[in-house]
Amino acid sequence: MSAIDTWVAEFKARSAQLPGAGLPWLAARRQRAIERFADEGWPTRRHPRWQHSSLAFMEQQEFAAASGAGDAAAALAALRGGEAGHWMVFIGGCFNAGLSDIGALPAGVLIQSLAEAMVQRPDQLEAAFGEADDGDSPAALNTALAADGAFIHLGRGIALEAPIHLVFIAGAEERSRHLRNLVIAEAAAEASIVEHHVGSGTAASLTTAVTRIQAGADARIAHLKLQQENEQTIHLASIDSVQARGAHFASHSLSFGARLARNDIRTRFEGEACEALLNGLYHVDGRRHVDHHTCIDHARPNGSSREFYRGLLDGNARGVFTGRVVVARDAQRSDAMQRCDNLLLSRQAEADARPELEIYADDVKCSHGATVGEIDEDSLFYLRSRGLDEIHARRLLTYAFAADALERITLLPLRKRARAALLARLPGGELLEELL
Amino acid sequence: MLDINNLQASVEGKAILKGLDLHVKAGEVHAIMGPNGSGKSTLSQVLAGREAYSVDGGSVTWDGQDLLAMPIEERARAGLFLAFQYPVEIPGVSNAYFLKAAVNAVRKHRGLPEFDAMDFLTRVKAEMKAVGMKEEFLYRSVNEGFSGGEKKRNEVLQMALLEPRLAILDETDSGLDIDALKVVADGVNRLRSPDRALIVITHYQRLLDYIVPDKVHVLSQGRIVRSGGRELALELEEKGYGWIGDSGEVHHEPPASGATR
Repeated sequence: MSAIDTWVAEFKARSAQLPGAGLPWLAARRQRAIERFADEGWPTRRHPRWQHSSLAFMEQQEFAAASGAGDAAAALAALRGGEAGHWMVFIGGCFNAGLSDIGALPAGVLIQSLAEAMVQRPDQLEAAFGEADDGDSPAALNTALAADGAFIHLGRGIALEAPIHLVFIAGAEERSRHLRNLVIAEAAAEASIVEHHVGSGTAASLTTAVTRIQAGADARIAHLKLQQENEQTIHLASIDSVQARGAHFASHSLSFGARLARNDIRTRFEGEACEALLNGLYHVDGRRHVDHHTCIDHARPNGSSREFYRGLLDGNARGVFTGRVVVARDAQRSDAMQRCDNLLLSRQAEADARPELEIYADDVKCSHGATVGEIDEDSLFYLRSRGLDEIHARRLLTYAFAADALERITLLPLRKRARAALLARLPGGELLEELL
Repeated sequence: MLDINNLQASVEGKAILKGLDLHVKAGEVHAIMGPNGSGKSTLSQVLAGREAYSVDGGSVTWDGQDLLAMPIEERARAGLFLAFQYPVEIPGVSNAYFLKAAVNAVRKHRGLPEFDAMDFLTRVKAEMKAVGMKEEFLYRSVNEGFSGGEKKRNEVLQMALLEPRLAILDETDSGLDIDALKVVADGVNRLRSPDRALIVITHYQRLLDYIVPDKVHVLSQGRIVRSGGRELALELEEKGYGWIGDSGEVHHEPPASGATR
């Protein structure tokens, strides 16, 4: 069962063994977080941020311990495909040093597991870890139970060329994983961080993931998330970023797996002239559900934000997007733009897009737009009139709709990876392989 | 090769083609001229299989086959090609992928080996040179951001690559400067052969200075109202469409039994 009591019981059973249990501040935050979770319960439709994605069903949801999970090493090899870069692998929510390959790092860059960081640098962690009242109740559950994740520190002015890949593979004998990643980028540091959430088997389980990013002045951080969990998984995640003056943050969220996936993506401009790009692509079918809930807090002037979300919705699936933009009173000359476009691949699929603009400054440029449509008949006719059969033509146009989101991923190996992940999702993707 | 008998077609309940007859033999080039709204584009779309148009009567036989019973892509694979008046932009799909997929779909149907990437590039680059297209257009998205002339060149390129047996050019000349017009005409002329037929739909006589047709037809209010040789086009150029008598631009209702108002 997944009722609140079972999670409280799990916390009681595990809290003394969790990494960092000996750190008083951490034990206190975890305790407060589980109390908050017990008090608030799973968010339901009555919660203003969960109107379209109630988790009321979680009270009855069974998560049996998965048995006979797949071969993690083989899954990793298939995923990595010989690509260079810095690879951290987590099985069932715990760092696996044997499968990881962090590789050589320039001076001033630290990449280690959160559990290690709890031992080696608790003071630094205390400031970066996050509080019990961050986010909504699923984030509190994560605060209480998160045992591991990545800790990344980038020194001043250091540009890490190859991406940091964090691979989260579901383990055997577990019903949930709780991951917390902390990224601290000093001024003018640059890096790309990729989160891979890889499912195995077909058992239902829960993933909670919280990634916290601090981007120092003029830092450039790109975060790419490829969510490919198995289709019974409940995936509840948040990405929280704060940006100092002139920092650039890009989030690319590709959500393809899971029965229900929720991504809360927030960034806050704490200095002037920050830039944020929030790019998302989701594909759901069957009775699956995906929700991106974004918030861009233009707290300081001269900031610019761009949001582009695209959804492919098939079967009886539902895609939800909420784009909240807050422009503070003195955040003059803010420039915020937001788009959400959905392609319905079946008559039963549903898309919701909701802008929420809260603007207190007077000299601002803010725009938003949303579309929900079907495959364009003119384009379909054009392709068929050149000899492509209807199925091929539809798949090509579906891909083309999604490709817009891929083009915004500037690092080519990551774009290729995202494209391959998309083609693996699309029916008939093999027909389109030559696009790679 | 192509026999159209008493073809009637409508769109959204509005009758456009009202009993059209046209007979095209292999090796011939036919020009169809007519004022705006006479049904020229409807004819081309119906022949290519556009589902938005409903065929309400008549028949179209192509090499003994019932053309109207064939799905869109089957027509294309059997060698029918329509050069679009307004080619569609497809962002996210490279022109190279699109062209190769089209060529191989047609080759497969004809029992020819499909082109691999190298063979295809050699072939497409040669044809691009002939229509004056730079190689970069291979790697851009289909028609996206192409100028009017570039889109039409891309249509002629597709026509050359697909080697159709029956090509229909739907106002491919409209909006083109003289250089682009010559490219279109050259593409058509290179395709002329005893086993192919071409239908050139145009509003203006200008294109026919470069593509000399065997027959010229005047379409008005959904019917062929005059047929003749090349001199008919020149006559139209001189006198306009008004003298046809029942031009759609003058009369909005079909005249009763040939009467003119």
